[in-house]
Amino acid sequence: MNNILTQIGIENYIFLCVTLFCIGIFGVLYRRNAIIVFMSIEIMLNAVNLLFVAFSTYHQDTQGQVFVFFSMAVAAAEVAVGLAILVSIFRNIGSISIDNLKNLKG
Amino acid sequence: MAMDTNLALVLLLTPFLGFLINVFFGKSLGKSASGIIGTLSVVVSFIVAVSFFLQINETKQAINIQLFDWIQISKFNVSFGFLLDQLSVLWLLFVTGIGSLIHLYSISYMHDDEKMHSFFAYLNLFIFFMITLVVGSNLLVMFIGWEGVGLCSYLLIGFWYKNQSYNDAAKKAFIMNRIGDLGLLIGIFILGSLFSTLDFASLQTAIAAAKGVDTFWLSIAALALFIGACGKSAQIPLYTWLPDAMAGPTPVSALIHAATMVTAGIFMVSRMHFLFDLTPEIQTIIAVIGGVTSLVAATIGLVQNDIKKVLAYSTVSQLGLMFLALGFGAYEVAIFHVITHAFFKACLFLGSGSVIHGLHGEQDMRKMGGLKKAMPITFWTMLISSLAISGVPVFSGFFSKDEILMTAFHHNIPLWVVGSVASIMTAFYMFRLMFLTFFNDFRGTEEQKHHLHESPALITFPLIVLAILAAVGGLISLPGNSWLNEYLAPLFAKAGTEEHHLGTTEYMLMAIAVVGGFIGIGIAYAKYIKQNTVPSEDAEITGVSKVLYNKYYIDELYDSLFVAPINSLSKLFRDYVETGISSLVFGLGKAANELSYQGKKLQNGSVGLYLFGFVLGMCAIISYLFLAQ
Amino acid sequence: MSTVLILFCVLSAITLLTAFLTIFSRNPIHSAIYLVICFFSIAGHYLLLNAQFLAIVHIIVYSGAIMILLLFTIMLMNLNEADEVHKPRFTRLGAIVSFCLVCLVLIKIFINSKPIVEYDYTGEDYQSIKVLGKALLNEYMVPFEFASILLLVAMIGTVLLSKKEKLEK
Repeated sequence: MNNILTQIGIENYIFLCVTLFCIGIFGVLYRRNAIIVFMSIEIMLNAVNLLFVAFSTYHQDTQGQVFVFFSMAVAAAEVAVGLAILVSIFRNIGSISIDNLKNLKG
Repeated sequence: MAMDTNLALVLLLTPFLGFLINVFFGKSLGKSASGIIGTLSVVVSFIVAVSFFLQINETKQAINIQLFDWIQISKFNVSFGFLLDQLSVLWLLFVTGIGSLIHLYSISYMHDDEKMHSFFAYLNLFIFFMITLVVGSNLLVMFIGWEGVGLCSYLLIGFWYKNQSYNDAAKKAFIMNRIGDLGLLIGIFILGSLFSTLDFASLQTAIAAAKGVDTFWLSIAALALFIGACGKSAQIPLYTWLPDAMAGPTPVSALIHAATMVTAGIFMVSRMHFLFDLTPEIQTIIAVIGGVTSLVAATIGLVQNDIKKVLAYSTVSQLGLMFLALGFGAYEVAIFHVITHAFFKACLFLGSGSVIHGLHGEQDMRKMGGLKKAMPITFWTMLISSLAISGVPVFSGFFSKDEILMTAFHHNIPLWVVGSVASIMTAFYMFRLMFLTFFNDFRGTEEQKHHLHESPALITFPLIVLAILAAVGGLISLPGNSWLNEYLAPLFAKAGTEEHHLGTTEYMLMAIAVVGGFIGIGIAYAKYIKQNTVPSEDAEITGVSKVLYNKYYIDELYDSLFVAPINSLSKLFRDYVETGISSLVFGLGKAANELSYQGKKLQNGSVGLYLFGFVLGMCAIISYLFLAQ
Repeated sequence: MSTVLILFCVLSAITLLTAFLTIFSRNPIHSAIYLVICFFSIAGHYLLLNAQFLAIVHIIVYSGAIMILLLFTIMLMNLNEADEVHKPRFTRLGAIVSFCLVCLVLIKIFINSKPIVEYDYTGEDYQSIKVLGKALLNEYMVPFEFASILLLVAMIGTVLLSKKEKLEK
């Protein structure tokens, strides 16, 4: 089988990933619901992962995919801890709007 | 050679060992033990010094010991080494010899002091530094000793530091010495940069080779070295510290401020004689300053009432005479007087210490008198020394002082007159001291009279030894047949040729000096024995005596000339410059504080704002990475 | 147009659309559902790129574990549309402005960038599960172990965080 990139072209993947990443950024900035912010972060993470895999194919190198594997492991841990924190915040202040999270005030 | 090295190390390090023991274990050892250790360590040094003396007297060869290379910067090379020649061994002999006697004396004298162990520690440290000063093979090693003895002098003057005026005296001595030391340092720097060496032997050859060249810088160097000597040996204008230094315990005055440390300046000038020989204008300055100092100090000494102050001014005056001789290039004469002076002045100080001890701390001669019966040994030893310092024939001072005056007469008649007048005054005030202290009736309190007693053997033994030396010390350099001149001949090329023939002029001079001495004694006798005068109270002193009693107001002059302007200058700096600087510094601090206070508001805890910041930062980084090129 | 390119276009469209919907749904449950679809389409991209191992891991981790967690959390908190607070106008404006800034920067980068040179395909095997497994357990042995420790720690941390605090005496 010929390589897929001869037919699609790496630039298409770059465009896709950048667009996806921008959507994620917009979500982070626009939404106040902590869980939606969380989801936006996941979208950004996946955009980067996808670009990694695309370039891994482009360079015909294993490293990109290995890196994606690790980033998934980290993402899983992050989501677990993050959601636990959100749950305890919700338990304490009854809301998960990031406007209400002022405890970081210096 | 290895033997010599070891011996030299023993010589140097035994007093240091004594210092260490007394510093660290002195308190637990107890008073007697600490005194005995302190004394023994100096006695060991003395024995070694004697062995070196015998060796050098026989071989006539200097011993040069190089321990290690100290500073090496391209051509400039300073090694740490000792030079044991006729000059340094002579100094070693009387430093350690008189040092031993005074240590012995101190065991008894300081026995009631609770800090006796630290007293002995300082004394040992002083001996250590004095030996370093004397045996150093180059100017820098000598400078270590020079500074070290200054430190010990400071520590010992302020030994009874609970008295504020004693502290002030110690500080005064230290600061005055520092001024001199600056001169010494400048001299060392000039010589080092001119000749790339500080070693005495190499300097001598280098300077001899550079004859006629660089005279200007040589003169400056010589002058700077002489300023150093002025500070250490209490010459005008840096002499005022020495009388104040009498605040220290009497053995300290005897050892440091009469016999040894203050002669360091003379030692240094003799060491560097090859430099001074080439700069006749500086020699003239030295002679004039020496002469004037001897006269000024003698006049002040005429009216002082504190027994130790009289001796202090007498010391300054005698040191002035030594510099007078140095100024004429008569080094061996000056050294001769240094030695005899060390004997009789140490004896006089120790005697006065014995008197003060007997009177439980009374130093005012107006409250003494009639002590002859109560303290016979002190009286007789002090009498011998007074006769010696007054220049009465047969006693040691006669020969040394006479040689100085003779040298002066051959070179410069006015200075001879000055020196002779100073000698007559010396005879007068010394016998004024003797008469006021030992003759007539006791003028102190009844209780003191009841307790009058002769001092213990530990005090009188050093007195007797020193009195004997003061009496017979002149034998080492009899006119016409001088063992000392012969001994020192290898060092001072001119010593042999300068010898005077004993003609009629010389006998005339001797006669004048002797008659002058007797006149001084006679006036004192007439005034204080015949008329039984007692110096008036401080308030009643008037006229010339008042000026003299207040030491020509030199201290006040220095106060208004140097201390007050510097005080007001520093006040100015404190009030304006420092305020400016501190407001600048505090302003910076305040600005930073204010800035961070404002910056704190950015961190308002809003996650949304943080996210904006994060995105903006990301934009900046991406722009920098991809667009900046 | 080849079938592969058509497939890519369709998948990309789904990805972007669902991502967009995730952000703009008012109801968090809907967001989560769209996100699942988005993740599946990304897995499709992986498959298209012939990264089978990653595609499987992606489905298991994201669509399986993470989404279940998210859904659980949303349900636990019983969130719905009404909970969304109305945002102040300047926040909205700020979000749009910074978004535009990011877009501008990226567009500028694309304009500045050079065209991609064609690559040659060697046919070497670099992404089969076998090769990846060897790579993970040889060169990347230590990071691999660390990843497992990280997951363990995260698990313990989660348990501790979500445990109800005991009432103080």
